[in-house]
Amino acid sequence: MSDTAVIRTHALTKVYHMGSTEVRALRGIDLEVRRGEFVAVMGASGSGKSTLMNILGCLDVPTAGTYDLDGERVNGLDRNARAHIRNRKIGFVFQGFNLLGRTTAVENVELPLLYDRSGQKLHTRRLALEALERVGLSDRAHHQPSELSGGQQQRVAIARALVTRPALLLADEPTGNLDTRTSVEVMALFQDLNEQGITIVLVTHERDLARYTRRVVELRDGHIIRDTPVPERAVAAEDLRTIALDDEEAS
Amino acid sequence: MRAIVLVKVALQSILKNTLRSLLTMLGIIIGVGAVIVMVAVGLGAQQRIQQQIENLGTNMIVLTAGASTQGGVSQGAQSFNRLTVANADALRRESTLLVAISPVIVTGGHVQGGIGNWRTAIQGVAVDYQVIRDWATTSGSFFDATDVRVARKVAVIGATVAANLFPDQDPVGQEIQIRSVPFRIIGVLAPKGQTAGGSDQDDVVLAPYTTVQTRLAGRQFIPQILAATASPSDIPAAMEEITSIMREQHRLAAWEDNDFTVRNQADLAAAAQSTTEVMTLLLAAIASISLLVGGIGIMNIMLVSVTERTREIGIRLAIGARGSDVMTQFLVESTVMSLVGGAIGTAAGFAGARILGHFTGWNTAVSVPTVVLALAFSASVGIFFGFYPARRAASLDPIEALRYE
Repeated sequence: MSDTAVIRTHALTKVYHMGSTEVRALRGIDLEVRRGEFVAVMGASGSGKSTLMNILGCLDVPTAGTYDLDGERVNGLDRNARAHIRNRKIGFVFQGFNLLGRTTAVENVELPLLYDRSGQKLHTRRLALEALERVGLSDRAHHQPSELSGGQQQRVAIARALVTRPALLLADEPTGNLDTRTSVEVMALFQDLNEQGITIVLVTHERDLARYTRRVVELRDGHIIRDTPVPERAVAAEDLRTIALDDEEAS
Repeated sequence: MRAIVLVKVALQSILKNTLRSLLTMLGIIIGVGAVIVMVAVGLGAQQRIQQQIENLGTNMIVLTAGASTQGGVSQGAQSFNRLTVANADALRRESTLLVAISPVIVTGGHVQGGIGNWRTAIQGVAVDYQVIRDWATTSGSFFDATDVRVARKVAVIGATVAANLFPDQDPVGQEIQIRSVPFRIIGVLAPKGQTAGGSDQDDVVLAPYTTVQTRLAGRQFIPQILAATASPSDIPAAMEEITSIMREQHRLAAWEDNDFTVRNQADLAAAAQSTTEVMTLLLAAIASISLLVGGIGIMNIMLVSVTERTREIGIRLAIGARGSDVMTQFLVESTVMSLVGGAIGTAAGFAGARILGHFTGWNTAVSVPTVVLALAFSASVGIFFGFYPARRAASLDPIEALRYE
């Protein structure tokens, strides 16, 4: 059973102390995400979705509760152990792309491999180029972020997230800085990757984007208030055809 | 493998910010350069003094009238001048270790002859003087024992005097007048250059001490007696010997202090050496301050750099870099920068020492230990001043760092 659950949390809580006041960001989250799922985590600001995302991404630790990632108990790990888990099991895609400036696309993609401690990833450059190919950016491998469009930068970031073959792709508002057309393109890429079996958790507040996923988890005040499958999943590739073509962004 | 990767990451980061890296290195470049130039100047001076002291004549012992304090500084020397030619004769008679002895009578005066006149030092010496000072003649010869015994009016002139009075001809055989007393030039001395004190050793006229005493100085007492031993190892024993002979000559009671001073080249050298050592240390200390300031410059830039690159650090941490990875990266960056700066500074120091030597005529000597020390110091400056910024970078919270604008 555990071999198919990428995420399993039980009674996950997070309490922040701001001076004398206590902020209960998460109040007991029970969540299970199976391999190959494409889940949207939704909620207004203050709902706790950022906190959940940070804990799921092993950037933060829960105050109480358990969290198993890919069959490994990860709550309560120290800084270095969490860094190791992030490197091995999680691929991050951020709203602001978060690429290193003055660093070529392929170098950016290569970066997680340089911090890989298992010492197995020897052909880092080749793996990075393969990852770029998966997101359709082979021809831009040696361009710097400043020479790439927003959509292209986000695809470089996705390639960076994929290069370590993580168990989980964690995307935090990945289309927040993109226009509608490019957003749909990115969603098409996510859908494509999901078809290939990659587990994706997408944190967003846009209901339009959640349509492209398979399951929507909604948060409010630190609780899961709704967890439903998407009844009629939209196909981003189809939607793209209905959007007027923009020559500049031909993929 | 990992170390290589981290060094690579650090090097990439340095190269991607060329201007910033160069400015950071500038402090170290100047610091290391300054240390090397300053120490080169100091060591050059030391070497020169060493050379000049050897130039004075090896195995030389100097006996002067009057007591002295330590360090070769004579106190009221010659105020009770009791050295006489008879003392020199006694030394020659009784000493077993001295191979050459010469009284030295110094007087000044105008020398006339050749194309004009020249003010110089006139020294009355014995034949042994040439042996003691190890001083060859380039033309003619030194005076002999007969010249001294019968007080002939013959002179051997230094290269400077020769150049000034007889620029275009061989002075040997010419006549000069020293305070109206005519002397025949029988030899010209080989050039020796300046003394440690900066006076010109070649600006001298040597004549038999007997002649100088009777014709020019008219004094019974002589200020100095020079002596030489066969080898440097004889010097301590010879000095003791001189002391006992002189005490006997001066009929000093056991409770009386010496009324003369015996010194050797080593003493003179030590005095001069200690002065230049202090100078070298002082110069190096001043230059080290600039190295320290350079190190603080590195720390400053690295701190700014940590703040400026907070987001980059956040990204690296998020994708799996450990705190220690980030710390290593920043430490390697600061160390590489200060090492490269040190290397450039060393080259600049070499060039600077050359240029300084060329324009000032100072002797400069760049020593290998200085270079090694400067490089080691600059590397440790990088590590020391890079540590705090690196630790700050490593302890950043990835969530905060990613949110940083």
